[in-house]
Amino acid sequence: MTTETATVPTTKAAGPSAPKPTPPAKLEVLTGSGAILRTLELLGIKDVFGLPGGAIMPFYDELMSSEKIRHILVRHEQGAGHAAEGYASSSGKIGVAISTSGPGATNLVTAIADAHMDSVPMLAITGQVFSTSMGTDAFQEVDIVGITMPITKHSFLVTSPEEIPETLVAAYHIATTGRPGPVLVDITKDAQQKSAPFIWPPKVDLPGYREVTKAHGKQVHNAATMIAEAERPVFYVGGGVIRAGASKELHKLAKVTGVPVVTTLMARGAFPDSDPQHLGMPGMHGSVPAVLALQEADLIIALGARFDDRVTGKPSEFAPKATVIHVDVDPAEISKIRTADVPIVGDAKEVIKELTEEFEDVAKKHKPDYKSWWQRLDELKTRFPLGYDEPDDGLLAPQYVIERIGEITGPEAIYAAGVGQHQMWAAQFIKYERPNAWLNSGGAGTMGYGVPAAMGAKVANPDRTVWCIDGDGCFQMTNQELATCMINNIPIKVAIINNSSLGMVRQWQTLFYNGRHSFTDLNTGHDTVMIPDFVKLAESYGALGIRVTKKEEVDAAIKLANETNDRPVVIDFIVSADAMVWPMVPQGVGNSSVQYARDKAPEWEVE
Amino acid sequence: MVHVLSLLVEDRPGLLTRVAGLFARRSFNIESLAVGKSEIAGLSRITIVVDVEQGPLEQVTKQLNKLVNVIKVVELDQNQTVEREHMLIKVKVDNTTRGQVLEATNLFRARVVDVAPDAVVIEVTGDSNKTEALLRVLEPYGVKEIAQSGLLAIGRGSKSITDRVPKN
Repeated sequence: MTTETATVPTTKAAGPSAPKPTPPAKLEVLTGSGAILRTLELLGIKDVFGLPGGAIMPFYDELMSSEKIRHILVRHEQGAGHAAEGYASSSGKIGVAISTSGPGATNLVTAIADAHMDSVPMLAITGQVFSTSMGTDAFQEVDIVGITMPITKHSFLVTSPEEIPETLVAAYHIATTGRPGPVLVDITKDAQQKSAPFIWPPKVDLPGYREVTKAHGKQVHNAATMIAEAERPVFYVGGGVIRAGASKELHKLAKVTGVPVVTTLMARGAFPDSDPQHLGMPGMHGSVPAVLALQEADLIIALGARFDDRVTGKPSEFAPKATVIHVDVDPAEISKIRTADVPIVGDAKEVIKELTEEFEDVAKKHKPDYKSWWQRLDELKTRFPLGYDEPDDGLLAPQYVIERIGEITGPEAIYAAGVGQHQMWAAQFIKYERPNAWLNSGGAGTMGYGVPAAMGAKVANPDRTVWCIDGDGCFQMTNQELATCMINNIPIKVAIINNSSLGMVRQWQTLFYNGRHSFTDLNTGHDTVMIPDFVKLAESYGALGIRVTKKEEVDAAIKLANETNDRPVVIDFIVSADAMVWPMVPQGVGNSSVQYARDKAPEWEVE
Repeated sequence: MVHVLSLLVEDRPGLLTRVAGLFARRSFNIESLAVGKSEIAGLSRITIVVDVEQGPLEQVTKQLNKLVNVIKVVELDQNQTVEREHMLIKVKVDNTTRGQVLEATNLFRARVVDVAPDAVVIEVTGDSNKTEALLRVLEPYGVKEIAQSGLLAIGRGSKSITDRVPKN
């Protein structure tokens, strides 16, 4: 338990960076709105995404004159939320989204839930009706604090200007430390309008908020010994490694131990894909070597991963022979799904560093031997490489398009995806070499995440190329933010993998519902009315619209997009609707039932 | 299995919703709930009785600990705990039954706190066994209404849940 009187969060090397407190100025009286702005500026916030409305107008009036904060006016609050997520996930800094009360606030809800599932540091600021009207069903009143309670790390209601600085600082602190997450601050209109002395730094008292504890030394030692003594160990790396900024440390641990690595959907890029120790992504659409490595392991070292059902398949059949070391900053994740034999609560960066040192020590006495393990894994890698078949209908293979985008654009770019087949292909076929280059909605599976997330990422990383790999379904949920991109000079590139359908649902219908394609046809692609026409839609936004239907056009279009930086680019890749995501572990069965391709299951060792 | 959790929490609006929400999300039924001030200003104490298995309970406890306004969560060992419930019972009486009802009240060391020509209100304090036993005895006379508190529980001995909590 800690009583925190510190002013601002402590700076973490790779985590969200906190500003230094400035010396207290003479007592100044500010309106609540002025206090919001000043606090955000003093917290080092540079960019915010939002859309004004009645209950947040006092603050917007202040914001207009800010020289330190760039406000980007979105076209829908959900866009502000996902943009804040993309901003945060690509940079490690906190993302900020602002909306008015009522529907403005509820439009943020999906993005807040998304950030909660994927541990994204986000600050959502919402206007609220006058405190005197609260609870009267006033115009545009919703209880957003109540609505967001289960999907935020914490939420605050502010009804007086005096509370504003300490609340925002507390919100920033909670959002960015420990396991990051979204924090909502709901501020009534009267709190924005009234005035109060602005005291900086404010006193923040969070007696119930626990700081990250240092990992138990003995447990780390045990873990190191177990790794050295194991015959078939695997590092099961999750998004926590990326959030903790622990990729370098992970790389060293992998090299020192020689243990194979799998990176989950949220951890793509935490360990270079080009590294021979990398087996790929585990889970429902994971690579066969990654899935079977976990399944056959005698020791799993989970690093910032949470044994999500999309990774484990049927939990009772997951990795039946493995002992589990579970490292997580959030004690509630440990033994939630799979009982941990060695629980280690701590920040991934610190724990990995300590684990590496301990292992070097232990290995002097007990030389680990993973030779036969690697033989097995190398055999799996050779026999079951990632791949795809050309579609029978002669249309473009979506995997090819995505693969080429990755190959031509390279690992320094940022890739944001929507949710569905294209997301899985983008996770599989783009080669990630660095953390924070891959953005997607992993836990929540939010269609429409892609375009606004890419926009946010481009704002945080103006010098990087940012691609949104989107689906025709996803794109139609949030493409309005192309207007935001165009007006605010945020030149993202969007690849619509247009299979004219809700592809992942269609794939499941094909496989599990006797091919009955119930309401998954979107009529945007090949041999359809093409409504909307994505090229014309792009052009109407002022973006460069390109349509690609043939393999030989793919490279030129990608190159043209990469060279076009004066406006957003939308490429409508008309691809086959029949392409499926493989490998696949059907839902509800054990991971040993992984299918490499349709009706093609690899053999695996059963003892 | 029945577990008694004692929570030390910051006295903030919405706190009860946050706590109850965690139980609701996992479909745990709260059997009893008692909320009141603690001996430290600004901190409240919540006593929750739930009937769940050990594993899921640990999950909820960890989640409760993650709530920013929750300072401490303790599972009370029922062998080392004083537990009390408080119940008010309104019983029908007439001239022939009043004496018997009063006798039962005395035997249970309960008290009559209100009298009307055709009813009395009885106050009883004790563990759930005692209150339930009294209720059974009174039922034949006609129980018109009961109001019951949640379980209150406090550990035996000199240790306190607020030890090591800064008192300012």
